[in-house]
Amino acid sequence: MDDVESRIIELVAKSKNLTASDVRLDSTFDELQIDSLDKINLSFAVEEMFSIEIPDESLNSLKTVRDVVRGVETLRAAALPDAASS
Amino acid sequence: MKRVVVTGLGCITPIGNTVEQFRDSLNAGCSGIAPFDPNFPGGPPADPGLRFKTTAKVKGFDPVHNADQHLTSGVIVSADTSAQFGIVAARQAAAESGLLLHHDLTAIAIITGCACGGRAADEEANRQLYTRNARVPPTAILRTMASSGTSNIAIELGITGTVLNIATACASGTHAIGLAFHMVRAGIAPAAIAGGYEAPLTFGFLRAWDSMRVVSPTSCRPFALDRDGMTLGEGAAMMVLEPLDAALARGAHIYAEIVGFGMSADAHHITQPRAEGAGLAMRRALADAALSGIDEAARRVGYINAHGTGTPTNDAVEAAAIHQALGDLAPRIPVGATKSLTGHSIGAAGAIEALATILALDAGSLPPTAGVTEVDPGLNLDVIIGEARPLPQNKDLALSNSLAFGGLNAVLAFRRYVS
Repeated sequence: MDDVESRIIELVAKSKNLTASDVRLDSTFDELQIDSLDKINLSFAVEEMFSIEIPDESLNSLKTVRDVVRGVETLRAAALPDAASS
Repeated sequence: MKRVVVTGLGCITPIGNTVEQFRDSLNAGCSGIAPFDPNFPGGPPADPGLRFKTTAKVKGFDPVHNADQHLTSGVIVSADTSAQFGIVAARQAAAESGLLLHHDLTAIAIITGCACGGRAADEEANRQLYTRNARVPPTAILRTMASSGTSNIAIELGITGTVLNIATACASGTHAIGLAFHMVRAGIAPAAIAGGYEAPLTFGFLRAWDSMRVVSPTSCRPFALDRDGMTLGEGAAMMVLEPLDAALARGAHIYAEIVGFGMSADAHHITQPRAEGAGLAMRRALADAALSGIDEAARRVGYINAHGTGTPTNDAVEAAAIHQALGDLAPRIPVGATKSLTGHSIGAAGAIEALATILALDAGSLPPTAGVTEVDPGLNLDVIIGEARPLPQNKDLALSNSLAFGGLNAVLAFRRYVS
C-alpha cells in the first residue's frame, strides 16, 4: 500500500472512529456511513494534508475510498509541473 | 390549566454525570471546584496570566468509549462539547420518563438554554486563522451554533414539535424551563424536554472573565462574609415536564411539581443588578403559582436556591430582592447556593439549579452551601451551611432564582409532590 493510500485510509478511519483495518480501498461511503457532512469534513482534512484543492464538481463523484486516493493522486500530479517550474 | 410535573431528569455536571451521582454530591456538599490545568492550547506555557486558579469542570465525559454517553462520530465532529453534554443529559431524562412512548412526538417541545455556543471551536478556528492564515474547518459553523444541542436532541429522539434555544446569559436555562412549563400547563405542548447546556471554559473566555474582575481567586463562597467572586463552570441538566394526569396514568415517578414562573427585566444596567427587578420576578413566580392552584404561595416557601454567584454585589442585591419579595418571611426561609458546588455554568446554571431544587424537594433535604464558614450578617438570610438540613415542616414550595447580566431575571417555583 502506498503512502497516499495509507494516509487516506487513516483519515477515513479516524473520522468515523474506526480502525484502519476496517477501511478498504473498495469501501464505499455508504458502507462506511459517510454522509454529506462527513464528506465535506473528509475533503477538508484531505486538502489540508496534501495541500491541494478539491474542485466542487469533483466532490460529488467521490463514492469510495479509492475515488479519494485517485483524486488526490491526480491533483498532485497536475500540480507537479507548476511546482517544478517554480 | 394543567398541573405540570417533572418525570425525568438527566445531567452532566462537575459533581456527577448521572442524577444519582449529582444527588449524592449535592447532599454531601462535595464541590466540583478544583484547580485547572494552566496549559491552554495556544496559551503561554504554565502561566496563563489569570488571577484565579480554579474552575468547575465536568470529569469523565467520554462519548466515544462510555456506552451511556455514546455519540456517533458525526455528532462528535459537528457538535461542541456543550451540545454533547446537552444531548446526553436529555437522553437520560427522556429514557427515565419514558415520554417518547406516551406522547405525540410531533407535538413534544424541546426548549433549552445555551448562551455561549461552541466557544472552543470558535476560538481555535480564529486562533489558527489569525496566527497563520489557516483555513477554517467546515464544522466551525456547526460547532459554534448555540442551538446545536437543541437540534441534536430533536434528531436523536425524533421529536418534531416546538424546538428552540434561549440565550439570556446566566438565566437561559431557567427561562427555557419556565417557557416549557407554561406551554405544558396551557396545553400548547403535551410534554416537554427542557434544560440547559454550556461548556465555555476556554482560555479566551477565562481571560475575559478575569478582566471583569468578578472571579474568586480561590472558590466561590455565596453569601459569606468574606465572599470574593464567582467560579466558572460547565455542564448540562435536562428534565421532562408533562401533565400530572399523564404521569399518574402510567405510574411514572414524579420528582416534583412546577407551579410558577416569573420573569422581569431590570432595564437599568448591563452589569449592575437591581433588587427591584429580581424581587419582581420572584413575586411574579409566586403569583403565577395561583394559576396552578397554589394559595398563599409565599407562606409555603421552604427553600430558595439562590442565583448566589458569590460576588459581593450579586449576593447583596439578591438578598435585598428576597426581602422585597417575601417581606417578614424572608429571614426564616432557608437559602442555599449550589454554585458553591457546581460553579457558574452560565446558560446551563439555571437548569442545574432547577435540578438541585427538584432533588432537594424530592428528598426533603436542602443541600449546603459549600465553603462558607461565616454568613454575611448584613444580608439577614438563613443561609444553609455545613450540612444538608431538612425541608421545614409545613413548607412545600421552593424557588430557584436566576439573575442574568443585562438585568434579565427568571424565577421558577416548584412544589414537593406527595402522592
